[in-house]
Amino acid sequence: MDVNEVLLPGVGLRYEFTSQDGDRIGVVALRSGGFELVVYAADNLDQARPVLRLTGEEADTLAEILGAPRIAERFADLTREVPGLSAGQVEVLPGTPFDGRPLGDTRARTRTGSSIVAIVRGEEVIASPGPGEVLRAGDVLVVIGTHDGIAGVEEIVRG
Amino acid sequence: MHTPVALLLELGLILAALSLLCALARRFALSPVPLYLLAGLALGEGGIAPVPAADEFVGTGASIGLVLLLLALGLEFTVPEFTVSLRRHMPSAGVDLVLNAVPGAVAGWLLGWDAAGILALAGVTYISSSGIIARLLDDLRRLGNRETPAVLSVLVLEDFAMAAYLPVLAVVVSGGTWQQALAGALVAVGAVGAAFAASYWWGHHLGRLVVNPDAEQVLLRVLGITLIVAALAETVHISAAVGAFLVGLALTGEAADRTRAVVGPLRDLFAAVFFLAIGLSIRPGTLLSVLPPALALAAVTAATKVAAGWYAASRDGAGAQGRLRAGTALIARGEFSIVIIALAGVHDDRLGPLVAAYVFLLAIAGPLVTRFTGGAPAPPQPQPPSAPAAEQRP
Repeated sequence: MDVNEVLLPGVGLRYEFTSQDGDRIGVVALRSGGFELVVYAADNLDQARPVLRLTGEEADTLAEILGAPRIAERFADLTREVPGLSAGQVEVLPGTPFDGRPLGDTRARTRTGSSIVAIVRGEEVIASPGPGEVLRAGDVLVVIGTHDGIAGVEEIVRG
Repeated sequence: MHTPVALLLELGLILAALSLLCALARRFALSPVPLYLLAGLALGEGGIAPVPAADEFVGTGASIGLVLLLLALGLEFTVPEFTVSLRRHMPSAGVDLVLNAVPGAVAGWLLGWDAAGILALAGVTYISSSGIIARLLDDLRRLGNRETPAVLSVLVLEDFAMAAYLPVLAVVVSGGTWQQALAGALVAVGAVGAAFAASYWWGHHLGRLVVNPDAEQVLLRVLGITLIVAALAETVHISAAVGAFLVGLALTGEAADRTRAVVGPLRDLFAAVFFLAIGLSIRPGTLLSVLPPALALAAVTAATKVAAGWYAASRDGAGAQGRLRAGTALIARGEFSIVIIALAGVHDDRLGPLVAAYVFLLAIAGPLVTRFTGGAPAPPQPQPPSAPAAEQRP
């Protein structure tokens, strides 16, 4: 898709693109951290019609909602390329043995052959976590491995 | 420690009054600057409510306000924004300069002023208020419009012209023979060049000096450095304000972002005191006598700004309405026209009142005119649930 980038000196940046339905959409990213979403009337591309005004935090939330399916899709694409390999998610539940202990203590790779490639903690993603990374209740471990391997990791983490 | 009750009370009442005026102005999407000037007039000699105890603080606060205003102006510069603006809108900046500085210069000449007065008045009519206009475009939800980048580019290039203009003005005002003035002007322009070079090559070192996770540290360090440089600049007869501007120019990237964030509220406070002090320094009686020339100058330079904005927006392919919106948006003059009289005001008794009246007229008229021209943005129309238009599309 063709995204046009316009500099707004002193104010921020504006991104513009045309959707499949023919709507001309603009996103103003303010230097102060806020965002404004606008659309243009088909007969007057000069004047934007304001749609939404978002704080930085609101924009993050919106982006996450819109972007979430894409992330899952990309994981699916990755595992499809390697036969026999899949991706799984294992949540660290409160009160289970590894809540508060380092990742290395699970010895997941040694015991199951599967790798924990990321930890999703709230809005944060810790990519390629080291063995010293301390797990917390609510963390979601992203595991790559065989079906049996992922099930093994789940068994270990669940206790 | 003895607590000066009168000072605290007067200052408290002044700030409370300013907050009311500011809220009133914001309600109509106007700038509070002219109202602060009015408040100053009302409090001054021969005004309705003199404030003898707060006088000294207002005086000191005003010089800090001027320093902070120019520090913040310097911080606004980013090299990419400047180069992009320059590449696209160099001709617009030229048209803007010629159309708007010339009427001021001619008016200064007609009033019989000398070179410093003419130069000052040319600057006053040339410089639009980027503070008022950027806020206005946001308030009117025009940031998505086609003409907006042209308007903002013109503002950036004006601010850049100020970088060269203010030091030269400071030197010319300080007098001396024309050779001395020329030499001083060269030194001043050299200082601006040096600040840019410093920010380009050593910006990250300077940034390390300032950047700290603790906001308090950032504030103290930036203020410390700025006031020291301002004092040094004043002692070598480049104004303190220009020294602060150079510090702002030299700070870039993360250091500039952090500084903007921590200095912003402090700047707003002391800038309000600065505008108040300018109002205080003008005798209300003199305003009436300068009203006719101020009105004439405001009418002419409002028209020339419209022409400059029209031309700039046409270069970006905006239609007639967009060009009109761009032109009227640029009318507002404000903080920097006042800064110019702070630098040159001592020079001529009539300059202060004339510029105060002029800024008063255009800081109020500009936002009002642009608000009611060029069409209001249509509210987003919700598509009917079963939009037949969508099905007709090929």
